[in-house]
Amino acid sequence: MNEIVKKRTLAPSTKLYVVNAPLVAAKAQPGQFVIVRISENGERIPLTIADYDADQGTLTMVFQEVGKTTKALGLLEEGDRLLDIVGPLGVPAELPTSGRVLCVGGGVGVAPIYPKAKAMHRNGVEVISIIAARTKELIILEEEMRAVSSELYIATDDGSRGFHGFANGLIKKLLDEGQHFDEIIAVGPMLMMKACVETTRPYGVKTWVSLNPIMVDGTGMCGACRVTVGKETKFSCVDGPMFDGHQVDFDEAIRRCRMYLDQERTALEAWCAHGGGCR
Amino acid sequence: MTAKTKRVEMPRQDPKERIRNFNEVALGYTEEMARTEASRCIQCKKPSCIKGCPVNVQIPEFIKLVKEGDYRGAAKKVKETNSLPAICGRVCPQETQCEQLCVLGKKGEPVAIGRLERFVADFEAATGIDKPECAPPTGKKVAVVGSGPAGLTCAGDLARLGHQVTIFEALHAPGGVLIYGIPEFRLPKAIVTREVDYVKSLGVEIQTSVIIGRTLTVDDLFGMGYQAVFLGTGAGLPKFMSIPGENLCGVYSANEWLTRTNLMKAYLFPEYDTPIKCGKRVAVVGGGNVAMDAVRCALRLGAEEAMIVYRRSEAEMPARLEELENAKEEGVKFYLLTNPVRVLGDEKGWVKGLECLKMELGEPDESGRRRPVPIKGSEFVLDVDTVVMALGTSPNPIVSKTTPGLRTQPWGGIIADEATGLTSRRGVYAGGDAVTGAATVILAMGAGKKAAAAIHEYLMSM
Repeated sequence: MNEIVKKRTLAPSTKLYVVNAPLVAAKAQPGQFVIVRISENGERIPLTIADYDADQGTLTMVFQEVGKTTKALGLLEEGDRLLDIVGPLGVPAELPTSGRVLCVGGGVGVAPIYPKAKAMHRNGVEVISIIAARTKELIILEEEMRAVSSELYIATDDGSRGFHGFANGLIKKLLDEGQHFDEIIAVGPMLMMKACVETTRPYGVKTWVSLNPIMVDGTGMCGACRVTVGKETKFSCVDGPMFDGHQVDFDEAIRRCRMYLDQERTALEAWCAHGGGCR
Repeated sequence: MTAKTKRVEMPRQDPKERIRNFNEVALGYTEEMARTEASRCIQCKKPSCIKGCPVNVQIPEFIKLVKEGDYRGAAKKVKETNSLPAICGRVCPQETQCEQLCVLGKKGEPVAIGRLERFVADFEAATGIDKPECAPPTGKKVAVVGSGPAGLTCAGDLARLGHQVTIFEALHAPGGVLIYGIPEFRLPKAIVTREVDYVKSLGVEIQTSVIIGRTLTVDDLFGMGYQAVFLGTGAGLPKFMSIPGENLCGVYSANEWLTRTNLMKAYLFPEYDTPIKCGKRVAVVGGGNVAMDAVRCALRLGAEEAMIVYRRSEAEMPARLEELENAKEEGVKFYLLTNPVRVLGDEKGWVKGLECLKMELGEPDESGRRRPVPIKGSEFVLDVDTVVMALGTSPNPIVSKTTPGLRTQPWGGIIADEATGLTSRRGVYAGGDAVTGAATVILAMGAGKKAAAAIHEYLMSM
């Protein structure tokens, strides 16, 4: 169990693992996530389930190497095992079964968008997708997304490919062109999701986001992941991770994500100093 | 004459020293101390103390063995009815249970039953734990959900009766509240591990990182061949006050505060990866044992000032007297009859103060305690940078929501028969905080025991 059966590098510092976790794979649905631990002294980190195969008993996870834990995770190879994988956690996404839906994935956020796009496409929804990234090398899962989308747009911050600008700029362009979407699902960094919901708000298009706050247990026990949604406190792990983006207090959510920045830096530096494998 | 002698004090770490470490505060009796204390027991013909014990430990009998110097025999005697004596000896509220009923307590100090229980358990562990005899295998399979005190006790008893038991634990380490909640300085994790290993030595299998209600459902368990299920899922949901500013950075639930500290060992950061942000001035809101644990953790995590903010007075505090005294000795400040109304934040979204109201006590409320009533215009601000909400917990709905036919109370507790733990579902039993709401380790163990007996009867009649 928990063995990495396939490792792919999707972009510099973005890795895809297919792991053997039959119990979780049998129950996984789009929108859910797992919590992973890689060493005895390690922290518990949430990772989105990017794909799952109940027959093979496998889960696909995509992550970006940013801190100590994700960098150490990225050093594992096929055949290595994750110490713990627990899930599936979170409420499965309530996906539409008809109509026209715009799926927007920013950076590594394309990974959580993919299983939703795939499920909607299979159910007969017309899926239009945007993959956004800082630069063209960081575009991930393009072929997978193309296979489940009737139209696929690319946006890069630096204009190296596709639309020159942020994802929300491209959303605005499509809406201004008069394209109709019954719903929009935007997943990516908090700032990107905030920009997307601010863009769509005046157009009155329902916009879902999938939050990825700091978590510990992932079962509703600690409340680390609490977020204000429409003046109410929700726990992302058991009430989410998908919420109506127009109701989310993003400024608070962004601040809470940054609570441990100093310690994250300390942990990374200590690890590098001990030859952890920093590059 | 014996009644007048004082109980033997248990050595403890000096308060000035101990607030700088996470080592156990109470150090335990020596053999000599234990024998002296044991000799205070007058061996009542009709002992009252046993009636105060939710798991019926044969108290005078084990104490007699201590007095005779047969410590291992004493441990064996305790373990006939209590599979977790090293834990109970440390965290049971003996003062409201066995020791409260001790006849010596009427004129003087009761026998220190808890300290003796702890002594014999530790003595046995130090000299090698005997594996008890288990009944021959019955071929029956039982699933136990949760590895806290209720689950461990239920699993241990069922295994001794010859059943094949698997415990499913949601977290990555077994022990439940014993491992994530109660701090190292009150209950060393090595002791929890030792007790868990003992339960394993009875043949119980423990599967960690499996969430019943997510990874598998209760119905899946029956489908997998388990013939009965015990739900010992605890009361894991934190309560908040619903006051403004509660989601500021630097506000924690006690659950998160303690889980980061104990389970994830944030006090050893960066040797352990999980961080915690303990500021210079920490306010813990609440007056129970969890609040005491949280505030004492704050001191050990480096807080210059740690304080309890509680809306009633000391007399109404649910915390054990011993824990309250430990906290006072360690320099914890108490703001009693004080109720927070707002957490104040700075421009970066971090806590910079806790606005409170002074309270006075009015008429008794439904809990029988005098109701705190706000004093108009008494607002003041406590200068703090970290706030921990220790207001109690409620049962986690993950299992009840995914188990059709399992009836619950409006507040979330699983409805179970008090004598047997049987729920509204055939073959499904429940006990501990999942049924009662947050209570004590020993009550959960008592419930686990009763359920084990009922499950045994059910399985053998199948």
